[in-house]
Amino acid sequence: MQVPSGYGLHPQSYTAPSGHYSQGPEKMTSLPLDSQCDDYYSGLYRVPTQNVVTPNTASPQPGAQQMYGSVPPAPHVVGSTLGSFQAISHPSPLPPPPSQQYHQQQSLSGYSTFAWSASGLPSTQDNLIQNHTSLATANNPTNPVADTLSCSVMQNVQPPKSSPVVSAVLSGASSTRTPAASRPVEPLASVARPSELLQQKGMQYGEYVNNQASSAPTPLSSTSDDEEEEEEDEEAGVDSSSTTSSASPMPNSYDALEGGSYPDMLSSSASSPAPDPAPAPAPAPAAPQPSKMAKPFGYGYPALQPGYQNAAAPLNSGVPPGSPAYSGFQQYAQQYPGMNQLSSSLGGLSLQSSSQPESLRPVNLTQERNILPMTPVWAPVPNLNLDLKKLNCSPDSFRCTLTNIPQTQALLNKAKLPLGLLLHPFRDLTQLPVITSNTIVRCRSCRTYINPFVSFIDQRRWKCNLCYRVNDVPEEFMYNPLTRSYGEPHKRPEVQNSTVEFIASSDYMLRPPQPAVYLFVLDVSHNAVEAGYLTILCQSLLENLDKLPGDSRTRIGFMTFDSTIHFYNLQEGLSQPQMLIVSDIDDVFLPTPDSLLVNLYESKELIKDLLNALPNMFTNTRETHSALGPALQAAFKLMSPTGGRVSVFQTQLPSLGAGLLQSREDPNQRSSTKVVQHLGPATDFYKKLALDCSGQQTAVDLFLLSSQYSDLASLACMSKYSAGCIYYYPSFHYTHNPSQAEKLQKDLKRYLTRKIGFEAVMRIRCTKGLSMHTFHGNFFVRSTDLLSLANINPDAGFAVQLSIEESLTDTSLVCFQTALLYTSSKGERRIRVHTLCLPVVSALADVYAGADVQASICLLANMAVDRSISSSLSDARDALVNAVVDSLSAYGSTVSNLQHSGLIAPSSLKLFPLYVLALLKQKAFRTGTSTRLDDRVYAMCQIKCQPLVHLMKMIHPNLYRIDRLTDEGAIHVNDRVVPQPPLQKLSAEKLTRDGAFLMDCGSVFYIWIGKSCDSNFIEDVLGYPNFASIPQKMTHLPELDTLSSERARSFITWLRDNRPLNPILHVVKDESPAKTEFFQHLIEDRTEAAFSYYEFLLHIQQQICK
Amino acid sequence: MAFTFAAFCYMLSLVLCAALIFFAIWHIIAFDELRTDFKNPIDQCNPVHALVLPEYSIHSLFCIMFLCAQEWLTLGLNVPLLFYHFWRYFHCPADSSELAYDPPVVMNADTLSYCQKEAWCKLAFYLLSFFYYLYCMIYTLVSS
Repeated sequence: MQVPSGYGLHPQSYTAPSGHYSQGPEKMTSLPLDSQCDDYYSGLYRVPTQNVVTPNTASPQPGAQQMYGSVPPAPHVVGSTLGSFQAISHPSPLPPPPSQQYHQQQSLSGYSTFAWSASGLPSTQDNLIQNHTSLATANNPTNPVADTLSCSVMQNVQPPKSSPVVSAVLSGASSTRTPAASRPVEPLASVARPSELLQQKGMQYGEYVNNQASSAPTPLSSTSDDEEEEEEDEEAGVDSSSTTSSASPMPNSYDALEGGSYPDMLSSSASSPAPDPAPAPAPAPAAPQPSKMAKPFGYGYPALQPGYQNAAAPLNSGVPPGSPAYSGFQQYAQQYPGMNQLSSSLGGLSLQSSSQPESLRPVNLTQERNILPMTPVWAPVPNLNLDLKKLNCSPDSFRCTLTNIPQTQALLNKAKLPLGLLLHPFRDLTQLPVITSNTIVRCRSCRTYINPFVSFIDQRRWKCNLCYRVNDVPEEFMYNPLTRSYGEPHKRPEVQNSTVEFIASSDYMLRPPQPAVYLFVLDVSHNAVEAGYLTILCQSLLENLDKLPGDSRTRIGFMTFDSTIHFYNLQEGLSQPQMLIVSDIDDVFLPTPDSLLVNLYESKELIKDLLNALPNMFTNTRETHSALGPALQAAFKLMSPTGGRVSVFQTQLPSLGAGLLQSREDPNQRSSTKVVQHLGPATDFYKKLALDCSGQQTAVDLFLLSSQYSDLASLACMSKYSAGCIYYYPSFHYTHNPSQAEKLQKDLKRYLTRKIGFEAVMRIRCTKGLSMHTFHGNFFVRSTDLLSLANINPDAGFAVQLSIEESLTDTSLVCFQTALLYTSSKGERRIRVHTLCLPVVSALADVYAGADVQASICLLANMAVDRSISSSLSDARDALVNAVVDSLSAYGSTVSNLQHSGLIAPSSLKLFPLYVLALLKQKAFRTGTSTRLDDRVYAMCQIKCQPLVHLMKMIHPNLYRIDRLTDEGAIHVNDRVVPQPPLQKLSAEKLTRDGAFLMDCGSVFYIWIGKSCDSNFIEDVLGYPNFASIPQKMTHLPELDTLSSERARSFITWLRDNRPLNPILHVVKDESPAKTEFFQHLIEDRTEAAFSYYEFLLHIQQQICK
Repeated sequence: MAFTFAAFCYMLSLVLCAALIFFAIWHIIAFDELRTDFKNPIDQCNPVHALVLPEYSIHSLFCIMFLCAQEWLTLGLNVPLLFYHFWRYFHCPADSSELAYDPPVVMNADTLSYCQKEAWCKLAFYLLSFFYYLYCMIYTLVSS
């Protein structure tokens, strides 16, 4: 099969002069650079890496030790209760005939609907592999570096607390353009003292560069820029914050600012010590570190790093890492041979734990009763040498389903594992090196940004790690502002950090950076007024009006609609807002195009008036119709000159004008086990609109607050293709359903204040030989490796499937690079670059050893969503099952000397069946349980656009026992002690009547209270005298002044931190009707319609044996 | 030597077949441009859409003409493609206006390579049938 153009394959298109890009229809393609600003590094940044790492590795150790130290070796015990299921011949929602399975599988993986019809033969299995691609996530060792290095500037500047800093920096920023000011940074320096020194360095560097630049123009500069630059300059008068004026040699202190909307949830304790420069890194990292460590992924390892180096083996995710002392780990590993000898199922296998990596240890799944580790599952670390490990990208931003990339497609096919990347590119980072450089150094052939994994051939040349072209090091790059030394290009920040952000020059713009523009399109039909969301929205907006990310150009507008469309003239100078009604919904026009989107600051009073008046304006409306389609068309017309963000609030099925929808759900089919229809859109209207919007750099975010079926499948298209996001609040009512109302309020706060990037494009590059073939997420794919994102927000995740086009035999490392080019809310063009490096292996065992089960499951979930829409839900379910069956049977055949008495999985994949079962029981894919169509579709949308961390919680919730929280193993975050109870498996057998359990499902928390729960707990934590007096609907924990209450609350707050969707808390009593909701998340248990975990294993085993 | 209806059919289809060949080449170029990153799929898919319906109708017209002319062999050769076109036409997303080439999906590597293959196969088919029609035309004109 011919491949979509990897760069390697079509180099000509890239080597060609930049002409392509500027002329072509693609607006935002990155252009060759040639820039004019100079270097600036955020204060912390210059800390030499080693210094930073050491304190980190040291500091979290006690915590880690406590956490891990208590982990018992996984017992090889056959559950006696479970054993009884063995007799059951499967009740069969799942098992399809084998041939059928193959074919399903193929189509899941191969997107094309056509291909599968021909298949059905075992030989077609190959396709599975072709399509599945996976990347493993990487590198914990990097984290210490990333943590300390990359953050804290934002942290200091952002939160309201440090507002003086903000203003100071702002002033620095606004003076960027004035060439006269030789030291515009001064105001900043006074505030962030420690970084002053650095600033100066930056400036000196800048001057230096300038001299250099004037004498020797960069070879890369493209000739087509002049025009754009002129435009830029013209605009400069109005736009004080745009970055570019090419003449100005000014050091730019601006970077510290970016991320204006950074939520306060980030630990603010770090703010004071963080700016410390190199000499005293210890205090700074020490404070934030615990909170990092506590993060669900990727942060656990730093403490263990020394141990790993010696271990030589890639550590697997599921393995409870040993205590910091290396010996602990070794002991742990060595226990297994003994265990295995005991367990007859592993009889034939001679385990040499010394030579075999832990992640390859075969696990007999049917005999391993407690498969779920008691601590969160970390991303596996790629098996790289120590230097690369340290530099590698954080697994939070960038993960691959296979941390060891197979050398050939054939090997990948053999492993039957999906190969792909999971991305969270615009994640809120606490530390990010921002680079303002004259020249953004990129490969001349494939346009890769210089990154830590390139090799310097000599002082003056570097070899691209993606296309292997040898490039010159620009003169400017030879100077290292960190050390103020010349001739050390490899010490530059670009080469020391795998996640960096560049301030882009005008070469990276096709038009001046757009201002932040927000338009709110509100449903005010009877239904909407009844639900009462307007009050909450207007209140939130009023509160957060000043926190909306943006600069002085920020514009905002409002539209409401029922059967007509209402515009609001908010032009400065009016005494009150003017409402303009357009009733011609067949041919929508804008009554006064200029005054509907107004400057936020100039018209603030009018906006506030409007927001105060809006909730009451429609109280008596009798209009039940909703003309959403025409309203969206109007919104598109309004936004198209600038682009920006449209937030649509809708409460019912659109019933008038273009894009009207009919109810397609048959309530009787909700629990059907056979066919689930209408997962795809009913009309192309919303998709076309979204594509138009995307072309005009407008994203549409949908808030659906409906009590009945609203055809989310169709409506969601407006966000899917315009890179928007989707929020859904089923049965929303401001009084009847207070928990939803509260959730909306909190979500809105996050939504309105979080960072935002406009007119963005994301390009993903990978080493020659690999190619991307399918993307998942909300965006529009503009070319084989380029995603067009009208808006980018920090909560958006993406997935990419990869295939191996050419054998990778001549390389030992592959790299992936994502470059996200966006306009910040301050009107700067920026490029955020993440680079991930992974080893290539040629042995099948190594491929299994490097499998990242969480990334794989997320990728599979994405593929299954596509599959259920393009084919059918049952196909998707079968494909999921087949994914496990195939990979495990493929593994089984590699360890041929095993007796096939059990279901053997490598330790790295031991959670695979569990997660797949969890997926099958997830709202999106479950059958047999009553599921409303909108809920199902929403779950699918979530799967598509949530980043891995959040998605995993949705798929496999975490269960903790919280009635006996202790400080053992607790971690400290912001002076709070956060207990770390062990994870429980999701089974009713773990629920004891005398306990209380917390289930963390990502977007919702349940606290289940057992009937005979300790009354002390009920009194101290819930604030009620006994079990009977606990109300049925309880959504808050009272703030009681007891130790256990404090522990419980700090634990829950800690879990809540850093979630894009604010979880609601439900207290569920053992006997309340709400407990079914809680119990449906116990995925290891049997339900009427689905297997228990053990049955599922048996089912898989049967499939394998066939 | 007789100018039968069948001969007329062949002559007409010869001309139209040239048009189809042109369409196929046009498709190939379009998808190649997409693949090599020159064009935005939205811009590219619209003109491609414009050609799909004419192509399908021209081909259906052939089949009808051959049916009327009772040229069973030729009809038999064309029927598979006819059915494929029908399938393609009715098996496309939601509105038929979109036809087969959906901008958000077309950049998917699998879809793109499928579309390219399809275009090449059609080109081959139309080329072969062009010469076949030429032969048949002469044959019907000369015989009888």
